[in-house]
Amino acid sequence: MNDTAGIKALLIHPRDNVAVALEDVSPGAQVPLSDGRVVTAKTEIPQAHKIALKRIDSGGAVVKYGEIIGFAKLVIEEGEWVHTHNLSYEE
Amino acid sequence: MSDFLGFIRSDGLVGIRNHVLVLPTVSCANGTVDLIRKILPEVTSVFHSHGCGRAGKDLEIHMRTLVNIGKNPNVAAVVVVGLGCEVIKADWIASGISASGKPVEIVEIQKEGGSRSTAEKAVEICKSFLESVEKHQREPASFAEVLLGLECGGSDAFSGITANPAVGLVSDWLVSKGGTVILTENTEMIGTSHILKRRAINPEVACKVESVIVEAEERTKNVLGPMASIVIAPGNMDGGMTTIQEKSLGCITKAGSTQILEVVDYGMSPTEKGLIIMDGPGYDTESMAGLAAGGAQVILFTTGRGTPAGFPCVPVIKIASNSNTYKAMEDDIDINAGVMLEGESLQCVSEMIINKLVAVLNGEKTRSEYNSLDGVLCLYTSLPSF
Repeated sequence: MNDTAGIKALLIHPRDNVAVALEDVSPGAQVPLSDGRVVTAKTEIPQAHKIALKRIDSGGAVVKYGEIIGFAKLVIEEGEWVHTHNLSYEE
Repeated sequence: MSDFLGFIRSDGLVGIRNHVLVLPTVSCANGTVDLIRKILPEVTSVFHSHGCGRAGKDLEIHMRTLVNIGKNPNVAAVVVVGLGCEVIKADWIASGISASGKPVEIVEIQKEGGSRSTAEKAVEICKSFLESVEKHQREPASFAEVLLGLECGGSDAFSGITANPAVGLVSDWLVSKGGTVILTENTEMIGTSHILKRRAINPEVACKVESVIVEAEERTKNVLGPMASIVIAPGNMDGGMTTIQEKSLGCITKAGSTQILEVVDYGMSPTEKGLIIMDGPGYDTESMAGLAAGGAQVILFTTGRGTPAGFPCVPVIKIASNSNTYKAMEDDIDINAGVMLEGESLQCVSEMIINKLVAVLNGEKTRSEYNSLDGVLCLYTSLPSF
């Protein structure tokens, strides 16, 4: 509860292109990450759900824990909520 | 080397507790075990959930698990309580345990003339064991002698982002000190065989890792059929998990990032030092019995929803993934990794866990030890009983 206070999303692995929201996030909100970066939420992100840290092309790998957890079903924009509507494991 | 103070056993293993264990071979002997522990609460007693009616692979699993729990270095001496006519004989179990060099005695209910006289005889033996183990002194030991078991139960959406990654750093720390970490719960590795295989030290281990996970996937499909997708349940999805790979990664992150040196069967001791996979079930109490039999002196147990489960001869350090659960179950939980959701760093939480772990190695009691040292032994079973 010091210099890290105020972070709204947790980056688990440096290679990840998604982070985990620590609280419900509204569209347009500034989301400070645990690594110091800030992304702007494009959509609502429910608590414990994933926010895209950069644009991911359709078919592109979504990486969390430094590993591929699935592939984008369509283009995912930076700051967008990442879940079953735009992510699955089908290659 | 003096990283902590432990009890050095005659087989060279290092215990962090000094239990006199009362171990039944069959559930029929549980009443007698209960009599013993009521007369002599200083003993550590377990109750058997099975015993007879086992065959084939299960017979082998149950025998080795009972023997290996007796051989766990936290156990200083054992009294095996048999009935007499059970499938798994008390003298088999006792002779298996005595290979470790620790004192073992047998009492058999049918031979001693019933529950009371058996309990009385066992109490006399336990008293003399207690007297001799009280003389044991803790001696300097190295972290390289530590086998740490990993467990998660009652997971929630935060387990995979707070408690489990923090435990992952602890696992890496212990491996860097030459110690051993055992990851088990094959059902929680589903969907990650391509990832864990890559971390195997050689192709042979990679092949074993893959077969453990593929078998878990097949068993899940065979038993649950179209319901197999329940392993990633709607509740997981509401909590932010999208794919099974994501869910499983959240579990296996407990094991950190080092190479997998060996794959062992349920209840077997590793022969390597480093990160090990044990082929065991996801169910907490069965899984912890496998870890204890594998020689784990201590278990790190992450939980989202909160659970009081401990293990009779192995201290279990409980780590909550969120502050609400920690506050609601402070009597049962040792560490709150939920502070990460309030701004604390992963590094800092992992250091909190390491400090607690070292204190527990040196004798500090965990919440589960304060609550109860006795318990029911749930052993993994793959076949029907008859």
